[in-house]
Amino acid sequence: MPEVTPHAASPAQWVRYPQCRLLLCGDTGVSVEFAEAIDPWINRRVRSLHKRLKEGAYPGIIDMGPTYRCLFIRYDPFLCSLEKLTCIIEQNLDIPEAQEEENERILEVPVCYGGPFGPDIKEVGARHSLDESEVIALHSAPVYRVYMIGFILGFPYLGGLDERLCTPRKNSPGKAVPPGSVGIADRQTGIYPVASPGGWWIVGRTPLKLFDLKREAPFLFRAGDAVRFKPITRQEFESYKDH
Amino acid sequence: MRAIKIIEPGPLATVQDQGRFGFRDSGVPVCGAMDRQALRLANLLAGNGAHAACIEITLGGFAAQFLCDARFALTGAKTLAQCGGSPLPFWEVHFARKGEIIQTGPPVSGIRTYLAVQGGIDVPELMGSRSTFLRGNLGGFEGRSLRREDLLFVGEPGKTGPSFPVFKLPPELVPIYSANARLRVLPGPQIERLTPEGLQTLFSSEYVVSNRSDRMGAMLCGPAVELSRGGDIISEGAFPGAVQIPGNGQPVLLGSDCQTTGGYVKCAAVIEVDLPVAAQLGPGNTVGFVEVSLDEARSAYLKNEYLLARLYENSAKAGGAT
Repeated sequence: MPEVTPHAASPAQWVRYPQCRLLLCGDTGVSVEFAEAIDPWINRRVRSLHKRLKEGAYPGIIDMGPTYRCLFIRYDPFLCSLEKLTCIIEQNLDIPEAQEEENERILEVPVCYGGPFGPDIKEVGARHSLDESEVIALHSAPVYRVYMIGFILGFPYLGGLDERLCTPRKNSPGKAVPPGSVGIADRQTGIYPVASPGGWWIVGRTPLKLFDLKREAPFLFRAGDAVRFKPITRQEFESYKDH
Repeated sequence: MRAIKIIEPGPLATVQDQGRFGFRDSGVPVCGAMDRQALRLANLLAGNGAHAACIEITLGGFAAQFLCDARFALTGAKTLAQCGGSPLPFWEVHFARKGEIIQTGPPVSGIRTYLAVQGGIDVPELMGSRSTFLRGNLGGFEGRSLRREDLLFVGEPGKTGPSFPVFKLPPELVPIYSANARLRVLPGPQIERLTPEGLQTLFSSEYVVSNRSDRMGAMLCGPAVELSRGGDIISEGAFPGAVQIPGNGQPVLLGSDCQTTGGYVKCAAVIEVDLPVAAQLGPGNTVGFVEVSLDEARSAYLKNEYLLARLYENSAKAGGAT
């Protein structure tokens, strides 16, 4: 089990816990920070707290956003004081140290790599002295973990990228990236749900819709999901689109 | 037909309510009125519940025709406004006759005006809100800003009618928007990432609001805030009111449409009761930050909420705001 990064001395308004701290985000928000690291166990603690608070349906908690290592909580001080919220969080932190088995889903995501769908694949390869097929093999080999959903409408942040593909973000965000684009940034890979400007290196595109209001579950991914990419051809991509 | 027709939307007009909460874990931003206080007071005057949807008019230049008799109110950024040829004072109840045209000129102070019509703008509710999320093309009226000829339906006015006594807001509730705002802030989650000089700079400088500002965030120009080890953090929750410091040291004040997660240092957070002041800052206005205690922020918040709750209660007793 990885060590939790100890924090430097903190201002008085921070409430400290043995393994996490509460940071004020204005007078209507707090961030429960577990560590300054991207780590599966820490992320699991974030999601566990999120799940417990969601199940508790506490009045006054109006929005929550689990991220890599923090849980952001928006609350209404009119309905729930910070003191009360602190107690609620404290009560829900007491989770067993043993790793709980998650109700895990493994999603297979078809991706058409390179060509017009992956305009940056050659550049990513060149930076690591890999040819295109090696980039594809390395990118589609691991089982990734959805650490968090954020940015815009169901964007999954996937951890577990092969170190040989880690590439710092582009210096300036490119023009709008089409929906379904699969990108790499630093140690992460992710998929753009809707057209958006982005600074990630685009290596391919999935025909799956990450966000569709017509579906019963509009968002394809949830934090905690496991994801594997399956390389497909252009023809296969087009046939998916017909569905 | 209970509806209004847009004749001229001006630079930007959108349908907004109090915001979309509960979907942050799916990456859905809050959206909603930039100036939530003005929206709630507009609804109160129009005889709506606080959750009804209004039109947020940015920088004036708006015109629309009432296709029904309607009770309505204008709040927020003050402009020269008229309906059916009569001037329209802000922060008051008004009644329009079917066919009359409402027009607003350029704002005198502030930039965002709210038009509430009794019954509320009746667009479909999406994920618990009628707010427009422009970048996601979601919610509001067809997920976009309003255009000429758009026909917006208005909900049924509940039990109240034009017999409801006309009233004005207590003067202490009518805000004064300044072109030189002092925003009260609490220290942000990464305040320790500022150098002592950076901290000094943040709290002693005036920043100019750039014209590249929008509902996502106001870009501020001025003395660079120095960071101790770069501007990047592991992405975490971002929220309206947060003051972000990117690598170039120029603060960005996040707005209602801000992304749900971000990887920049958040060094401060504007307190809730001052967000409306921030929302009314336009390009060229200046802003300074002053640190307050959590107790001060909380008592200001609670005082305002009690005041609004009481107004809504009184108005409900008098037969309004259902």
